[in-house]
Amino acid sequence: MADQNTGKIKSIAGPLVIAKDIRGCEMYEVVRVGQEGLMGETIKLIGDLAYVQVYEDTTGLKPGEEVVRTGAPVSVELGPGIITNFYDGIQRPLVGIKNQAGDYITRGIDIPSLDTEKKWDFNPLVKKGDELVEGDYVGEVQESKVILHKVMVPPGIKGKVVEIKSGSFTVNDIIAILDENGNKHELMMKQKWPVRIGRPLKEKLDPEVPLLTGQRIYDTFFPIAKGGTAAIPGGFGTGKTVSQHQLAKWADSQVVVYVGCGERGNEMTEVLLTFPELDDPNTGEKLMERSTLIANTSNMPVAAREASIYTGVTIAEYYRDMGYDVALMADSTSRWAEALREISGRLEEMPGEEGYPAYLGTRLADFYERAGRVITLGKERRSGSVSIIGAVSPPGGDFSEPVSQNTLRVVSAFWALDTNLADRRHFPAINWLTSYSLYLDFVKKWYDENIDKEFQILRGTMMALLEKESELQEIVQLVGQDALPESDRAFLEVARMIREDYLQQHAYHEIDSYCSKEKQFLMLKVIMKFYQEVNKAIEAGIMASRIAAVKVKDEIARMKYTPNPDFPQRYEELIESIETEFESLRNQQ
Amino acid sequence: MKEKAKDIKSREYRSVTQVAGPLIIVEGVEEVAFGEVVYIRTPEGDSRMGQVLESQENLAIVQVFEGARGLDTDQTKVRFSGDIMRIALSKEILGRSFDGLGRPIDGGPEIIPEARLPITGAAINPTARAYPNEFIQTGISTIDGMNTLVRGQKLPIFSGAGLPHNELAAQIARQATVLGSEEPFSVIFAAMGITHEEANFFMNSFESTGAVERIVSFINLADDPAIERIITPRMALTAAEFLAFNYDTHVLVILTDMTNYCEALREISSAREEVPGRRGYPGYMYTDLASHYERAGRIIGRKGSITQMPILSMPDDDITHPVPDLTGYITEGQFVLSRELHRKGIYPPVDVLPSLSRLMNEGIGEGRTRADHLGVSDQCYSGYAEGRDVRSLVAVVGEEALSERDRLNLKFADIFEERFVKQGADENRTIEQTLNLGWELLSTLPEGELKRIDEKYVKQYYKKGS
Repeated sequence: MADQNTGKIKSIAGPLVIAKDIRGCEMYEVVRVGQEGLMGETIKLIGDLAYVQVYEDTTGLKPGEEVVRTGAPVSVELGPGIITNFYDGIQRPLVGIKNQAGDYITRGIDIPSLDTEKKWDFNPLVKKGDELVEGDYVGEVQESKVILHKVMVPPGIKGKVVEIKSGSFTVNDIIAILDENGNKHELMMKQKWPVRIGRPLKEKLDPEVPLLTGQRIYDTFFPIAKGGTAAIPGGFGTGKTVSQHQLAKWADSQVVVYVGCGERGNEMTEVLLTFPELDDPNTGEKLMERSTLIANTSNMPVAAREASIYTGVTIAEYYRDMGYDVALMADSTSRWAEALREISGRLEEMPGEEGYPAYLGTRLADFYERAGRVITLGKERRSGSVSIIGAVSPPGGDFSEPVSQNTLRVVSAFWALDTNLADRRHFPAINWLTSYSLYLDFVKKWYDENIDKEFQILRGTMMALLEKESELQEIVQLVGQDALPESDRAFLEVARMIREDYLQQHAYHEIDSYCSKEKQFLMLKVIMKFYQEVNKAIEAGIMASRIAAVKVKDEIARMKYTPNPDFPQRYEELIESIETEFESLRNQQ
Repeated sequence: MKEKAKDIKSREYRSVTQVAGPLIIVEGVEEVAFGEVVYIRTPEGDSRMGQVLESQENLAIVQVFEGARGLDTDQTKVRFSGDIMRIALSKEILGRSFDGLGRPIDGGPEIIPEARLPITGAAINPTARAYPNEFIQTGISTIDGMNTLVRGQKLPIFSGAGLPHNELAAQIARQATVLGSEEPFSVIFAAMGITHEEANFFMNSFESTGAVERIVSFINLADDPAIERIITPRMALTAAEFLAFNYDTHVLVILTDMTNYCEALREISSAREEVPGRRGYPGYMYTDLASHYERAGRIIGRKGSITQMPILSMPDDDITHPVPDLTGYITEGQFVLSRELHRKGIYPPVDVLPSLSRLMNEGIGEGRTRADHLGVSDQCYSGYAEGRDVRSLVAVVGEEALSERDRLNLKFADIFEERFVKQGADENRTIEQTLNLGWELLSTLPEGELKRIDEKYVKQYYKKGS
């Protein structure tokens, strides 16, 4: 037992390596495997055997090669330089990998997560003699055009400031020294945090503020709150990724962490190309200035895929601790679960449903529970939030499978993508009858105060109309539209208007892609006005076919393409057109 | 002496202790690398090839590509090569045919390698990818007009037994051109478990275009060893990467039939007694399929590209079967062939409703195809979808009960199938022809119904009084 920190490979099977003669290892400790020093993590320990999931391709490894302990759990580096960066699942910068290894990702590359050369202008916010506790701001750095990065006292550390610097430093330079009863703590701009442990907080708050997304189906019908959780399940081709991209683009959070977990390489490239081009409607700067991307595409090593969502959520929590509202998109949690299943299978664990490990539900719950609107650490009472929106890819589009079901148990907003809607190009293909949001009551007050008291009433009316439409459609399927009474036939026209002119939103249309809350409200009012006029017309005995033929319908159909700022005026015009046309209808009668 | 063993590249053993299905277990071995290539000599003197699936101290589990028939636990010799699986490549592979393990079967000489590349291939760094956006004109309206293919895309054909997927793939391979481009183009054809007839069909089709010197084929037929199929697509894609990125070639890779590949994967998995996922396929099948499909693409600063067209037959036409399902989650869309259309005598029987090209938006529009392209496609799509709904309604309520709007949509669906979908096996329509045809059909609908097209294009192209 000369060196307990070094063991030898006993066996290799895919991403799982068993190391022998290695004592004192902790669970989830990072180890270096083989001559190339491949990064791995211990996931099971028996005596002096350590089971290691390796984050890189294991082809060519041989029994007998060294396995070296590092003594540290899998951690991320937190500090300025994360925003606008693009990482793999274990926080290695992909551009750095490209510079070192070329166009393909080869293995054994070791690059620091944060640029160690780059100098940041550090502006202190404390002075000598100040007493600081964990979470307090020490200073700030302009990280990107919109993100003012707060350098904080790491959790578990406190003391009196005995030295504080100002000026240009790298993330590894000491910028402050705290004295805790004679113990000196040297602070840098970066800190480390193990990814599998949630960062500490003071208390959790109720999710009362909506996370506005500019997408009508969510904001109006199934809102998510800041600090909330939502799941978007859907079969392939239903638009999960486009939905996630839309949310990442337009959600009114200050920071966006986008985790591409086991998905397509080209999709990540698309994000990379479009985010630096698009304007954030809230700040006017480019979307990239508030975003960080984590990509572990489907052909990158499977164990690193398992780690990627933890890397993402830890970064999200770090920005939350600064007081920001952060939105995390994970696309797709099913691929993460599959990685879990693959490793579990290699460990020969007793499988639960469909081969997934029995702890799938717990792991999912642990992950989603890291969301929340919170009071952060630090003397001053400040709040921040992490909202998590996870895509789920159920096999065959069947939501009864384990990942969907376990996710449903823990998330509060459920946006069900529907293959039938996608097949008729109704996008976003969110089924309005099966989706739900438990945040409706929480955010009602905010809507009443910040948009209009009428908003939620309109929403209720529209939802009831859609509900009734589905009942009528069943009848139509049986007996045909002609068998319906006139009033119901006119009414179907209104429901169709809600579906086509309101719920359908064109993600690639420069104007329709983002719809402000004011525009949403006015659009609802236009449809409401139309509905009221239809009712009046029916009472006046006008035939449904004549109501269906009104010209203003076409105008309403195009209202989504009116730019947000011009909409109030357009609204007035539309209301007038509706009134005029229906009046002349009644007069002809 | 043990120390010296490390330097010895290959080691031979006669210690096979178990032969089970496609696997053998060799004991008493030293320092066998995970993924190492193994050569096996049977008691009869035949040579086989294998690969290490699991390496432990003193023990290795080896999958044998040509099957375990004739192997024993007594005299079989196993030689570990000290190297991982590689393929010998040079520009001379153009026009050649290989078996599923990359050995020449056309009677020609061995390839004198410029490079011997590992066949697993590494992941392309997402920051190095160039986003695919160059329109490929296939001359087929349902593809060009409705589900456009672009260079560097992976777009499979979901088919079923008895449907003309081979004809469609061959037609695409013959007709595919990029507008205004004269760059080198080649086709790599990887066959996994298809019949002699099917393989001959492809070969004849390629020959008829006189472009045999542009084709490289890797052929594992239905009566060839099943486990060999595990390697075939990897060989083909490594060759594709070599041509695309070393020789600036635009490569179209046709992989057929991926369902056979997945079955071979399942066979190995069950022989290893792994916990099965859905329908007995291994839980890692998504990752495994992705390691092929993700090799499609373009790279910034390199001229070539890899476009993939995997063909897979859906058992019982079930699109939720694990093979099409997992494929659909990885690929950038899919063409779905329809038995109903095929029965109606419509070729190509592409059902546009479940078909999709995710990269279409970037590849079309002004400067690439035509400014009205997206609108035409969306509108045709929605008209056809509504018409199909009405069609099923008619079966219940009869045509008299339909509204005027429904009747028009129904008619639209019929002429869409008859004129837009249907075309000859040698009919090569330009994108202009396809879009104009679209307008001709759309003009049978009232102008006001064309809500998905920008007004200005409706004004420009709508034919009043049709």
